[in-house]
Amino acid sequence: MLTRSAIKRWYLVHKWTSLVCTVFMLLLCLTGLPLIFADEIDRALGFTLSPSPLPETAGRANLDDIIAAARQRRPGDAVQFIVADPDEPDIWFVRMAKTVAADEPSAFYAFDARTGGYLYEYPLDQGVMSVVLRLHVDLFAGLPGMLLLGFMGLLLVASLVSGVVLYGPFMRKLAFGTVRHHQSPRLKWLDLHNLFGIATLAWFLVVGVTGVINTLAVPIFSQWQSGQLAEMLEPYRDRQPLQQTAALQKMLLAAYAVAPELSLSFIAFPGNHFAGPHHFVAFLQGGSPLTARLLKPVLIDAQTGLAVASVELPLYVKALLLSKPLHFGDYGGLPLKLIWALLDMLSIAVLGSGLYLWLKKRNIPFEVRLGIAPDEKSTKRLDSA
Amino acid sequence: MKTRLTVSRTWRVPMTLAFTSACGLVTGLLFDGPGDAVSWLVLAVPVVVAVGFAIRVVPTK
Repeated sequence: MLTRSAIKRWYLVHKWTSLVCTVFMLLLCLTGLPLIFADEIDRALGFTLSPSPLPETAGRANLDDIIAAARQRRPGDAVQFIVADPDEPDIWFVRMAKTVAADEPSAFYAFDARTGGYLYEYPLDQGVMSVVLRLHVDLFAGLPGMLLLGFMGLLLVASLVSGVVLYGPFMRKLAFGTVRHHQSPRLKWLDLHNLFGIATLAWFLVVGVTGVINTLAVPIFSQWQSGQLAEMLEPYRDRQPLQQTAALQKMLLAAYAVAPELSLSFIAFPGNHFAGPHHFVAFLQGGSPLTARLLKPVLIDAQTGLAVASVELPLYVKALLLSKPLHFGDYGGLPLKLIWALLDMLSIAVLGSGLYLWLKKRNIPFEVRLGIAPDEKSTKRLDSA
Repeated sequence: MKTRLTVSRTWRVPMTLAFTSACGLVTGLLFDGPGDAVSWLVLAVPVVVAVGFAIRVVPTK
């Protein structure tokens, strides 16, 4: 049951939250569209490629040889991470940077995990797609840009919730899906706005909320680093600086031994924010779409190459890791990506029609828009259960 | 003047769409293979409904 003044209040919430966030949301929906297909675009542009098929019996190359080959390509740089991709099980990626703790990578190499041979270098910060990505992630403004977009995402959520509240009174005389094609363009677009908005609601809400969580990636990871990771490293605080490290291949096997049912997602090198001064951290992942996201960190002593601890990530990090697939739509193959794109386009229509309605109806009293006469006395309660 | 719809009449389809969309989003994440196929089918429903009703030809009175 909503009184007329309550409807009006919800309407004001809907109008103002939408007005503030719409331009940003249009940008995010438009840039998000090609980003859904980022992997396919990379492949089509020749930025990535699959290694040539080898017989099943082909062994696995020694990880230390691959690291040595990567260092040879950039003698001045440090290896930060070794990364695996579940979609490309025969590739090890090596991320390098000026220093092991640097935020920006200097190179991203792909090596054949079976032969150890060099495959290709992924081009960093090149082409239209990297511009699109930066616009989508942080507006080229780093952390403040990310947090601004996160705030806009919160406004979107408020706009969606208030939109749902308004759907009732606006649709109280119309059957679902009514589109008044033959009346004014404003009514037609109001009906389309309501139809597209309510149809895409759950998806838009999920993509919006998970998008907001993604904008918090930096504070979430730094909280983890100063919390759980720091606790794991605490007993080793007074150690001498690391002189020599054990064989990486030994560490990989040690990590696998901790959880034989898991596979490697990535290894962070000592000195990196995701590792310790004297420790590597191997992040393991499961095989299902869900467990592949929920990483398990294993702390590995760099000197001995032995696994010394492994933990379960805290809930707030799990929430971030799970919000990624639900935002990207990358967990159900190409058909899911196509549906993601269609839902994204419908959301663009919701945003665009909302903007159009605001431009068109600024001079029309609220009561007329809602279809009630301004002086109607008996409409204190518009919607009764 | 058109008659008012009951609350359940207004919300039946939107609620169904929201519930099935949520199920589609989760099944794809929980299960590979058949789970993916279910998520494709279920998440295509809101798209089909939105586009179908938008282009539906309504006879002029």
